[in-house]
Amino acid sequence: MRATVLVRPKGGILDPQGEAVERSLRQLGFPVGDARVGRVIDLEVEAATAEEARAQVERMCERLLANPLIESYEIDLGAEHR
Amino acid sequence: MSELRPRIGVLVFPGSNDDHDAAWALSALGGDPQLVWHGEPELPRVEAVVLPGGFSYGDYLRAGAIARFAPAMDAVAEFARGGGLVLGICNGFQILCEAGLLPGVLRPNASLEFVCRDVPLVVERGDVPFTARCAPGQTLVIPVKHGDGCYQAPADLPEEQVVLRYARGANPNGSDRDIAAVANAEGNVMGLMPHPEHAVDTLLGSGDGALILASLVDAARERNYARA
Repeated sequence: MRATVLVRPKGGILDPQGEAVERSLRQLGFPVGDARVGRVIDLEVEAATAEEARAQVERMCERLLANPLIESYEIDLGAEHR
Repeated sequence: MSELRPRIGVLVFPGSNDDHDAAWALSALGGDPQLVWHGEPELPRVEAVVLPGGFSYGDYLRAGAIARFAPAMDAVAEFARGGGLVLGICNGFQILCEAGLLPGVLRPNASLEFVCRDVPLVVERGDVPFTARCAPGQTLVIPVKHGDGCYQAPADLPEEQVVLRYARGANPNGSDRDIAAVANAEGNVMGLMPHPEHAVDTLLGSGDGALILASLVDAARERNYARA
């Protein structure tokens, strides 16, 4: 089963990458604000059910993919990927 | 009586690049460094462990996030839980944070620039095994070289665990409360972003890093005598 994990810097955590992206976009004339940069992890998970897959991916997030001190995560199951 | 040279393990991860510098410095200061490959499930008999600087696993995901699962890190965690002395330098500090052996986490520098320069540090605590040769309030000049050195402290980090601070106005990376080195509550594990192993000979600039590493060698030697 395909799983996509979105990892984001938590609110209040300084995100210098987001700030740099925002500055560049503004220089290009886009009126943006509050840009934040996270990461996307696509996975193929072996699991019989969606619940089992979600539980597995949650454990992956807690142990490795995100650092709960500074990052939040979101799991999307069965998404189509190109 | 010849002084005993205490054995100090220096971990080597794929991507470590200050392992030999740390070993050289520890040896010059009276230690007997033992390089330990990250895949080893057990530590040899050592009185202290140093996690050196570098870019273990290419800093993929987050600095130190993958190295913390190396087999040798289970042994280091057990060693630390038993009261063993563990010092993490730069990437070693990042690994200790990711492993939960130290509080907090290190993020990309606020400037987003790699910083490489000497920085003045103020000693906040001179009573942990890593700073016994320093006096509180003393200023040390030790170089930093890192891209991910912005320390994010947990909101409830006790002031007593702050061992070194960047001097006022000299914070090179945006770290919370100007923290440059933090210890665990017990004081047997410490991490710092500056590189004491690159400041042990005045011929190359500052010799202040020797105070940190010689303090560690002293403490390791005492433990070796206590064991003998």
